[in-house]
Amino acid sequence: MDTDQHDTPPVLEVRGLSTHFLLRAMTLKAVDDVSFTLHPGRILCIVGESGSGKSITARSLLQIVSPPGRIVAGQVLYRATPDAAPVDIAQLPARGPAMRALRGHDIAMVFQEPMTSLSPIHKIGWQIAEGLVAHGMMTRKQALARAVDLLRQVEIPNPEQAAEKFPFEFSGGMRQRAMIAMALACNPRVLIADEPTTALDVTTQAEILRLIRRLQVEQGLAVLFITHDMGVVAQIADDVLVMYHGRVVEAAPVSDLFANPRHSYTIRLLEAAQKLGMAAPPARAAVQPGPRLLEVRDVMLTYPAQGSLFRKTVQPAPTLQGISFDLHEGENLGIVGESGSGKTTLGNCIIRVLQPSAGSIRYTRRDGTVEDLAALDRDALRAARREIRMIVQDPFASLNPRMTVEQCIGEPLLVNGILQGQALRDRVAQLLTMVGLPGDIGSRYPHAFSGGQRQRIVIARALALDPRLIIADEATSALDVTLRGQILDLLLELQPRLGLSFLFISHDLGVIRYFCNRVAVMHRGRIVEIGPTEQICTAPREAYTQRLLAAVPEATPQRRTLVSV
Amino acid sequence: MGRFIARRLMGMVPFILLVSITVFLLIKLAPGDFASNYAASLAASGETVDDSMLADMRQRYGLDQPLIVQYWDWMRGVLQGDFGYSFQWQQPVVSLIGERIGLTLVLSVSTLLFTWAVALPIGVYSAVRRYSVGAYLVTLIGFVGLAIPGFLMALILMFVGVSVFHTDVGGLFSAPYANAPWSWARVVDLAQHMWVPMVILGTSGAASLIRIMRANLLDQLNQPYVDTARAKGLSEFTLLVRYPIRVALNPFVSTLGFILPQLVSGSVIISIVLNLPTAGPLLLQALLGQDQYLAGAFLLLLCSLTVLGTLISDILLALLDPRIRYQ
Repeated sequence: MDTDQHDTPPVLEVRGLSTHFLLRAMTLKAVDDVSFTLHPGRILCIVGESGSGKSITARSLLQIVSPPGRIVAGQVLYRATPDAAPVDIAQLPARGPAMRALRGHDIAMVFQEPMTSLSPIHKIGWQIAEGLVAHGMMTRKQALARAVDLLRQVEIPNPEQAAEKFPFEFSGGMRQRAMIAMALACNPRVLIADEPTTALDVTTQAEILRLIRRLQVEQGLAVLFITHDMGVVAQIADDVLVMYHGRVVEAAPVSDLFANPRHSYTIRLLEAAQKLGMAAPPARAAVQPGPRLLEVRDVMLTYPAQGSLFRKTVQPAPTLQGISFDLHEGENLGIVGESGSGKTTLGNCIIRVLQPSAGSIRYTRRDGTVEDLAALDRDALRAARREIRMIVQDPFASLNPRMTVEQCIGEPLLVNGILQGQALRDRVAQLLTMVGLPGDIGSRYPHAFSGGQRQRIVIARALALDPRLIIADEATSALDVTLRGQILDLLLELQPRLGLSFLFISHDLGVIRYFCNRVAVMHRGRIVEIGPTEQICTAPREAYTQRLLAAVPEATPQRRTLVSV
Repeated sequence: MGRFIARRLMGMVPFILLVSITVFLLIKLAPGDFASNYAASLAASGETVDDSMLADMRQRYGLDQPLIVQYWDWMRGVLQGDFGYSFQWQQPVVSLIGERIGLTLVLSVSTLLFTWAVALPIGVYSAVRRYSVGAYLVTLIGFVGLAIPGFLMALILMFVGVSVFHTDVGGLFSAPYANAPWSWARVVDLAQHMWVPMVILGTSGAASLIRIMRANLLDQLNQPYVDTARAKGLSEFTLLVRYPIRVALNPFVSTLGFILPQLVSGSVIISIVLNLPTAGPLLLQALLGQDQYLAGAFLLLLCSLTVLGTLISDILLALLDPRIRYQ
């Protein structure tokens, strides 16, 4: 650890910052007595689970906390130059010109969602240039020219053309690059990055992390980097702040934190990261192949070329280009790939939400009959879907907010005419106990539960019809890392008891490695490699798999494979 | 953009054809025809008509022809700009409706502009200053405007006009100008009379648009891109106008499509109450008397106007939102 850099005065010094949300019934202490310093040329990571107050802390620095949130105490001291007298940002009126002059000009921010954080109706170039014009630094024309320069700096190909495009013509990674270009437009001294890579693939994430590190070194930026991923922390941080329930529970240089975590929450975070990380050996051995459950052969999904008299033909992605694999009883097969690789499309084809345009999906029923799911009619499909269930990513969106937990879980039983009345209530209670929830919560509504509890409810619903195959599409991606491990353990514990097999779709190799016996790696609608998890994770044969593995941020600060400067 | 407009215009052709068929069938669907109606009205005043005269009348107007032939004759004329002959008025339809359609259009467009001019700022205000006293006040006024039927408001305004200001607020022209040829003075006179029907016709539309604008803007105000813009250092006003309001305008503009027909059909009753020389009252008479070419011409033109309004709103939408242009 280079201690010399601490001799320069901090560009930003936060003392006892408290941001509270004054709600009708109570006061939510989102940020409670948080202190830290930011130095030029260093990256400070704030890590914590969702709801820990890390985003609110970042927003407080710019006074853009949405109401009813308010800074109630503390100081945010900013020095424009090392010798300048510090300004207390917390004292500036949030809507006043003094605060506005700092935003974007001195302290800039990159937001999490590259899809929604850019205006959908303005050109990229103008969105980057706008800040320069607003701060009176340049004329419109000069600013637009600089926007092209900035796009080149963030490694966007053909920056002149890119500046003329709209955000919806960009991929997620490109948008995040544009966001970074926008933040850097006015040469700020502090860059706040709020989960800038969370919505991106591992490969894109690695590129963005590299980019942020490079720009930070070149321009001597002080960076406040917010993440929930200990792997990312290990790869990019100089100093780390661990937040829990709005408070700082531990602050240390990155190597110290990973070597000697002191607070129990930090230890829990690190353990979860290790468990689902890539450093430990694969947790699941290859199973003895049981009877074959699913035989997928040459499944194709192509969309007819959509052209009309006046329009060019557009080919919608993603498509499947000849997928073949087997899934045996009691086996967990992982499907891994970047977004757009077709892994969700594949899951949807198997449960026949989408109709494959060619190929067969031969499924062996409980009674031993084999049928081709790709060719079933509606009624036969309904019967097959009792045995094949799906768990989807978002536990907030996949439960009807107007139905009680009991109605949610009992619905498949009710519509299939299996149970009703008291018997249904008993079965729901039994299912709830099975997934580790109290059996008497059936009359409550989903909004009363946290993300992890909701995902348990979703699992209970999937189990209601006593299925044999569960297609889990990013089932843990929306959860915090500690919860992720719990849900995976729950599924693994239920598996032998209920005789389940899983098709586990995820972009997260660590999760796949923990959960699956075999892995299929998908890329552009094809399976490029399939094999036992152990072999894929340690000795991948295909170049693409190697690239994918190399992009996973490893939770060991000594081995900075992603970001080397 | 040119392609987009061309495609939409081409889509209009089959649609208007379908409209013409529907309109014709609907008029014909009513029991009897103009001749039997004419006979009934004569009988009501104590005169008798013999059947041969009616048959003669039917033959003269082509009412004895099969439906398809009548429709074909009508459409052939329409395509050449001849909308047929009004039985009731014994005049060509075109000379009857020309000015009325024009006045209807002027009234509808100015009502629409009035609606937007009122709804946009109030909608924005009630979204941005949500839960403030002012916002509650305009919401209340909006609901009252929505709840009062137009004809009732027309009656009240007429009553107030006569009893308090001693002027007749009905009609679109003062007596000297009613049948005068167009002149600057007549335009001024029209403008002086038009505000009353404009306000009456526009109130309920404006009230619902205020609610739409408010809801749209509330959705947009919390979008992440607004935070992004704020973090750039834009002032709150610039921010508001450039980002959320522009995006919220989107559904606002698309309401043009349904506001236009609402104005035209809503204006029938109010036009009768206020005695306006617009299309509404004449249309009603034509429908009651089964004056098929007159009614048909009105309905066809009004439907075309609606389709045209939708087209204009689509074009505006495409101009506002690049995502629509590229789809």
